[in-house]
Amino acid sequence: MRLELKKTFLSKRGWWIYFLALGPVAITVLHWLVEARLGRGAGNRHSIGEDSIIFAGMFLFYYLRAGIFFGAMGIFSNLFRAEMLEKTLHYYFLTPLRRELLVAGKYLAGLIVAVVLFGSSVVLAFLTIGRHFGASWTDYLLHGPGLHQLGAYFLVTVLACVGYGAVFLLSGLLFKNPMIPAAVVWVWENLNPFLPSLLKKISVIFYLKSLCPVEVPIPPPFNVMVVDADPTPFWVATPGLLAISLILLVYAAATARTTEISYSD
Amino acid sequence: MSGHNNSLISFENVSRFYGEVLGINNVTLSIPPGITSLVGPNGSGKTTLMNMVCGLIRPTQGRISVLGVSPQHPEKLCRLVGYCAQFDAFPKGLTGYQFIYSFLMMFGFLPAECDRRTREALGLVGLMDAANRHVAAYSKGMRQRVKLAQAIAHDPRVIILDEPLNGLDPLARAEAIALFRQWGDKGCHVVVSSHILHEVDRISDQVILLSQGYVVAEGQIHSVRSEVKEQPMQILVRCDRPALLASRLFAQDHVVEAKIVADSKGLLLRTRDADSFYLLLNRVILDSGLEVESVAPADDDVNSVYQYLIGAEGAAQ
Repeated sequence: MRLELKKTFLSKRGWWIYFLALGPVAITVLHWLVEARLGRGAGNRHSIGEDSIIFAGMFLFYYLRAGIFFGAMGIFSNLFRAEMLEKTLHYYFLTPLRRELLVAGKYLAGLIVAVVLFGSSVVLAFLTIGRHFGASWTDYLLHGPGLHQLGAYFLVTVLACVGYGAVFLLSGLLFKNPMIPAAVVWVWENLNPFLPSLLKKISVIFYLKSLCPVEVPIPPPFNVMVVDADPTPFWVATPGLLAISLILLVYAAATARTTEISYSD
Repeated sequence: MSGHNNSLISFENVSRFYGEVLGINNVTLSIPPGITSLVGPNGSGKTTLMNMVCGLIRPTQGRISVLGVSPQHPEKLCRLVGYCAQFDAFPKGLTGYQFIYSFLMMFGFLPAECDRRTREALGLVGLMDAANRHVAAYSKGMRQRVKLAQAIAHDPRVIILDEPLNGLDPLARAEAIALFRQWGDKGCHVVVSSHILHEVDRISDQVILLSQGYVVAEGQIHSVRSEVKEQPMQILVRCDRPALLASRLFAQDHVVEAKIVADSKGLLLRTRDADSFYLLLNRVILDSGLEVESVAPADDDVNSVYQYLIGAEGAAQ
C-alpha cells in the first residue's frame, strides 16, 4: 500500500490529475478574491443560493462528468497497465500475495489518492465559492443547509471515485489501450440524460446525480430532450453503486488471477 | 516421471503456444538441485520455460511441478521461488534498499526482518554502499546486482536467473558465479540462462539445450557429448612424439582427422570410436615408449555440444 501510494501520488505521469483536481479550486479562489475586492454590497450581483446552484452545476458538469471521471481513469487504469508498460508487474506477481489481494490493495491505494485529491478539491471549492459572503456564508454553512450539502457532495465524490475506480481498474486489466473503453464509457455517461429510463440506470452518473443535494436546472434547448426518470432514493443509489463496483472488482480480481506476464504484447 | 517428487522441478509434456507461435513444445524434464543452465539461441524457449516455472505464464498443455507445488498457486510457489528476470525495469522512485524492502513486506515479514534480509541481500551482491541511492541512478551492472539481491532476499529454494551475467564486469561476474555455486552447493535449484557458453560450462551441474521450442539435449555436459555419436570426438594428446602417434592413427578407420598442434608437442585428433582409440594409444605407448603428458577430450564443453546439436547459427547468438 505504501509503495502504491508513493508511486501514485508522486507519479510524474500523473501531474495532469493534480491539474484536474485543483483547477476548480483555483477558479473558486479567484471568484472569492474578485468578489471580495469588488465588495459584497457594491453590485449585490448574486446571492448565496445562486452560488450554490453554480457549485451544483460545476459539480455535476465538471467534477462528475470530467474531473473525477478522467482523474479516476488516470489513476485506476494505470494501476496495472502502467506496470505492464514499465515492465514491473512481474515483481508483484512474484510475491506470495493472492492476486485478489493485490487487486484490492492497488484499488484501495488508488481510491485513497483519488479521494484525497478530488475530495479535498470539492471541499475547498465549496468552502471558497461563497467565502466572499463572509459571516452569511459561515452562517449558511453552520446553521443552514451548507454543511449537509458539503457532506453530500463529499459522499458523491467518494462514490464517484469508488464507481469509476472499479470501472477503470478493470479496463486497465482487460485492455491494452484503456483510452478506448474510457471514451466509450464517457460517451455513455454523458448521453445519460437523453436515454430512456431503463438505460439510464445502467450507468454510474445516474446514481450519483440522484445523490446530489442541489438540482441543476437544464437550460434550453437541452431541457426538452432530457428524459426524466424517477431519482433513485439514497438507500438504493448508494448500496446499488457499491454493489456494481464490487461486481466489477470481483471480475477484475478474477482477471488478475489469470493474467500472464507478456510485456511484448 | 516423478511429477510429485518434492525435490524436483518437473515438466510433463508441457507445451506453450503464443497464438499460433510455438514457445515450447512437448517438454518433459526433471531438474534436480544444483545449477542447471538453459542454453539456446534467442527464441528457443528459455524465457518461456522460466516464466512457466515462476507461474508468470501458464502452459497451454501439460503439467509443471516445482518441488511438489503447482505454479497455479502463487501464494505457495512464490515463497519457494526467486526470479531475476531479464527486464531492466524497476518501480520508479525507489532506492535499492526500498526496492528490496518493499517487496519483502509483501512476503509478510515483520519490518525488522525485512530490514535484516534487505541488508543481507544487498551485502551479498556488494551493494550496501549504494543502498540509499535511487535504482534509476545505478549503472547497468548495479541494476543487475540489485535485481539479483531482490530475487534471493526471501531465501528461496529455487532461484531462476534469466541472463544474470548480462552487464556485469568480469569481477562482478566471477562473484556472481561464486554465489550461484554457493547456492547450488547448499542444495538450491539454480536455473540459469546464459549465452556466455564458456561460463555456463564452468558453473553448470547440468545443461538443457533448447532449439526452437524443443529440448535438444539435457543432462551433464559430458554425458550429452557422448550421446552425440554422429560427431567424431576430439581428443588432445600431449606427448613427446606426436608424428609417430599420427602415423599409427592414420591406419585406423575410426580416425577421421589428426593434426599436430602448433608447439609440436601434441596431437589433436577426431575419432568416431573413442574406446578403440584409447586401446590403440595404450598399444603405441607399450610398443614405442611414447611419453604421454596428458590425454583430454577437446570438445565435451557446452560450446562444442551446442554447435553440434544446434549449429553455428545458435552459437553465434
